[in-house]
Amino acid sequence: MADYKRPLPQPTPETQHFWDGCRDGEIRLQRCKTCNHTYFPPRDFCPACSAREVEVVKASGKATLYSYVINHRPRPDFGEEPHSIAVVQLEEGPRMMTNIVDCPQTPEALELDMPLEVTFEKATDEISLPKFRPAK
Amino acid sequence: MKQKSVAVVGAAETTQMGKIPNQSQLALHADAALNAMADAGLTAKDIDGVATAGDSPVETAHYLGITPTWVDGTSVGGCSFMLHVRHAAAAINEGLCNTVLITHAESGRSRVGARRFSRDPQSQQGQFEVPYGITNPPSMFTIPALRYMKTYGVTEEDVAMVAVIQREWAAKNPRASFRDLITVDDVLNSRMISWPFRLLMCCLVTDGGGALILTSAERAKDFPQKPVYILGTGESVETPMVSQMEDFTTSKAFRVSGKKAFDEAGIKHSDVDHLMIYDAFAHLPIYGLEDLGFCERGEGAAFIRERNTAPGGKLPLNTNGGGLSYMHSGMYGMYALQESVRQMRGIAPAQVPDAKISIAHGVGGMFASSGTIVFSNEAP
Repeated sequence: MADYKRPLPQPTPETQHFWDGCRDGEIRLQRCKTCNHTYFPPRDFCPACSAREVEVVKASGKATLYSYVINHRPRPDFGEEPHSIAVVQLEEGPRMMTNIVDCPQTPEALELDMPLEVTFEKATDEISLPKFRPAK
Repeated sequence: MKQKSVAVVGAAETTQMGKIPNQSQLALHADAALNAMADAGLTAKDIDGVATAGDSPVETAHYLGITPTWVDGTSVGGCSFMLHVRHAAAAINEGLCNTVLITHAESGRSRVGARRFSRDPQSQQGQFEVPYGITNPPSMFTIPALRYMKTYGVTEEDVAMVAVIQREWAAKNPRASFRDLITVDDVLNSRMISWPFRLLMCCLVTDGGGALILTSAERAKDFPQKPVYILGTGESVETPMVSQMEDFTTSKAFRVSGKKAFDEAGIKHSDVDHLMIYDAFAHLPIYGLEDLGFCERGEGAAFIRERNTAPGGKLPLNTNGGGLSYMHSGMYGMYALQESVRQMRGIAPAQVPDAKISIAHGVGGMFASSGTIVFSNEAP
């Protein structure tokens, strides 16, 4: 989609598996084979115990709303309406920044701890962004 | 560090403050440095240590004509200057240099010779935060606040009250950008920036700078100004991404830096007469009061609402008006340090009577880093 106007991530060797996962429709986290810690953002060692033996695991895509703001400053690339910038807590433990979509961008519609599910927004053939919507 | 082994002997802000389109950022560094040198009765040839953040200490040293034997370019955001004070104290005690100049300047509003702000799309933030529409601090630094508010039942009115009370301090300060008193309604009715944050809950964007000169406590006695001694110091960092803070209701960097500074200083909270907490946004003094241990978790907002930090309260806080009302060029930590030094010298516009111990606590990035300095005006 050559018309995607928003900033795009550029994967590095350590994060490629994550963005490949998003392109393929799943969130890929990493888990330490030594201490079992599941973590994000990607890196090729465990931030909890420094072990290098880690594996990529598929996340459920379920999350809850941890915190957010509704940005009212001009971001024409995000449209004219205010939009949420949120941090969600994944079922597996890690948190990630995202946008909450498919619901009104209002404090009333966005309740902390509400259940969410991932949906992927295709930006280019290589990059899809993980966004979250109210769980059905 | 060894208590009171090092002192501030020169301190000044830029000649102008606020909107300064006729000076570049580099010129503002020099203006602040020259004012601090004049305050200390020194010239560039007397300085042998240089530190700055954002810009390079190589640039400021050369521009000012200084040939240092020690430099520090630690740049971890707006609290970098607290870290410079800490590192300078260690360097002076180790004999790496004798007289350190720390400068800050930012053409934050006019953007004359200012750095461009960009994030590498391959950086962690570029990959995992920028694509979701974060623009600048108002859409990042504010994200943890809602979790804090829900956890402790803190209201938007409570957060607004932080700005209201700081404006009371600003009203006493002729150099403050905003001096007219405001109400909670004024704050809540100001333009929505990033819900739940309104304009008056966000810091100013201004031009300005400041500089400090430090030397050994032994030499400090021979300088023209009353020495302000370094009693304790702390620093820490947590994360380059606000989304990856360990806990959105408390800053780990604040807790670690604050505890280190209190331990080094060997003081109790009740010993503190004056406090500066870097207030880029109105929730920061609440986090700071709790994470430094002045309040229990969840009690910071009530502590402010009950006027403990207001004029006449038992713990005067952000007495220059803070980043919310005094000035905020981008890296505000220097101005918090300047106000602590003024309070310790006894020359602040809103002077706290008989203040003997002051703390300046800084934040860098979006809860990314922290630095804490405990000052005393009592000779060792």
